[in-house]
Amino acid sequence: MKRKESARVLSQECLAPGIFSLWLETGIGDEAVPGQFVSLYSRDGSRLLPRPISLCEIGDGRIRLVYRVAGAGTEEFSTLRPGDAIEVLGPLGNGFPLEEAGGRRVFLIGGGIGVPPMLELAKRLSGEKLLVMGYRDDVLFLKRELEENGSLFLATEDGSVGTKGNVLDAIRENGLSAEMIFACGPAPMLRALKAYAGERGIPAWISMEERMACGIGACLACVCGSREVDGHSHVKNKRICKDGPVFLAEEVEL
Amino acid sequence: MNLSVDLAGVTLKNPVMTASGTFGSGEEYSEFVDLGRLGAVVTKGVANVPWPGNPAPRIAETYGGMLNAIGLQNPGIDVFVKRDIPFLKQFDTRIVVNVCGRTTEDYEEVVERLSGEPVDLLEINISCPNVKEGGIAFGQNAGAAEAITRAVKAKARQPVIMKLSPNVTDIAEMARAVEAGGADAVSLINTLTGMKIDVHRRTFALANRTGGLSGPAVRPVAVRMVYQAAQAVEIPVVGMGGIRNAEDALEFILAGATAVSVGTANFHDPYVTVKIVDGLREYMERYGVSDIRELIGAVK
Repeated sequence: MKRKESARVLSQECLAPGIFSLWLETGIGDEAVPGQFVSLYSRDGSRLLPRPISLCEIGDGRIRLVYRVAGAGTEEFSTLRPGDAIEVLGPLGNGFPLEEAGGRRVFLIGGGIGVPPMLELAKRLSGEKLLVMGYRDDVLFLKRELEENGSLFLATEDGSVGTKGNVLDAIRENGLSAEMIFACGPAPMLRALKAYAGERGIPAWISMEERMACGIGACLACVCGSREVDGHSHVKNKRICKDGPVFLAEEVEL
Repeated sequence: MNLSVDLAGVTLKNPVMTASGTFGSGEEYSEFVDLGRLGAVVTKGVANVPWPGNPAPRIAETYGGMLNAIGLQNPGIDVFVKRDIPFLKQFDTRIVVNVCGRTTEDYEEVVERLSGEPVDLLEINISCPNVKEGGIAFGQNAGAAEAITRAVKAKARQPVIMKLSPNVTDIAEMARAVEAGGADAVSLINTLTGMKIDVHRRTFALANRTGGLSGPAVRPVAVRMVYQAAQAVEIPVVGMGGIRNAEDALEFILAGATAVSVGTANFHDPYVTVKIVDGLREYMERYGVSDIRELIGAVK
């Protein structure tokens, strides 16, 4: 059941320049699944809209958010200290369909701030996991935790670690293959993965992002084009916050 | 203590309604609030056929507010009648259906389709700033506003609320025009046309370039316009624009609003509508007001 409540900050840590890890004590952790997200609310009344942030780890009565400071709202969140309270709404969205993996060899692919949701997913999947993560440079946040939960392959834009280039370059350079894909990252990466999966005839479940207002499917702000007529407005527009954020790549326009 | 009000012959259990477009048809918010505690649910605008709306990004946050250019995405009247009205009928609240269209015929078609449906009131959107044809074209010219009101009233079986745009020179003239056309009530304000530019990317924040500004930032403008409209017409006024709490709602009521609609605040707090109902009751207790109708237009 979705809820909005005041959560207590358990810890906050800076993992990399502009990248923060926040553990919150909240009952949302008892119900959430990998790939879902929460909305965080600013304490500054001039900032009305919640910030949607993906779940990096989910524990009993707690959640971990790893987020990038992208503006004044996330800047404010980065100043939260243990014991502080913050308003949080969740769990939101559908999450990754773990059951689809069915023990098959899977790619878990993350790019930039799309890396964090891959961690809880990796922890929950039992089969063979090839984790392919793309970073800007050698500041490899979450690397240790990822390594503990699968075979990790890295790509960096500046070539400082792993394959120089993007996640697909890393897949090629390491001669990797899998039977399905779970991915989260910037639109160009998701677009490339959609094409890659289409050529190989394997399913790719991708997590999408868009500006959101309500976060629960009412306002129709965060839509993306869809192949099939959607169930809500019957116009080929899926609601990312409610119907997603995870979609089968072939079903959405990128 | 009485919180109920009469809006164009329809009794609302309290004056708190939802603002069209922010609350869907209530389903999503019913996970947070008991819709039966609201005076009415005002649905998102529905047209004669499905509308896909505008490209994304459709929203942008601004200081104390937000811009939206959703573009009236909606499933069309067929799906709406089959799915959304039966959903809302489960709750002990009034149903106000917001109607949008591109042409007079579009509006007439939707209003006729609703004539046999169990809805309590119609709110006619002639003020959406985010669609090129229709909508705002009727809402910025007094003659056109009167004509569309007359056309809708000729087909409507339920009382008609005309929703006015604030993007006009003289709101009193617009209110008088729809009253002359036979409107049973007016509601205002719809959003103020605005623009936001991302200086880092040097792009428009919204794909539509312009959008409608809502939220607390617009409230003083909205209160002023509601006051002017209430002074100008005899029919009841529904006030909205940046209401976050009971005090904000009371500003509109004291300015002359019979009922209020809560919109953008739902995005900040999905429980806000019922909190406002509770807050109105507390205000009345505190000041010994036995009937909320005593407060309508009671500003001194």
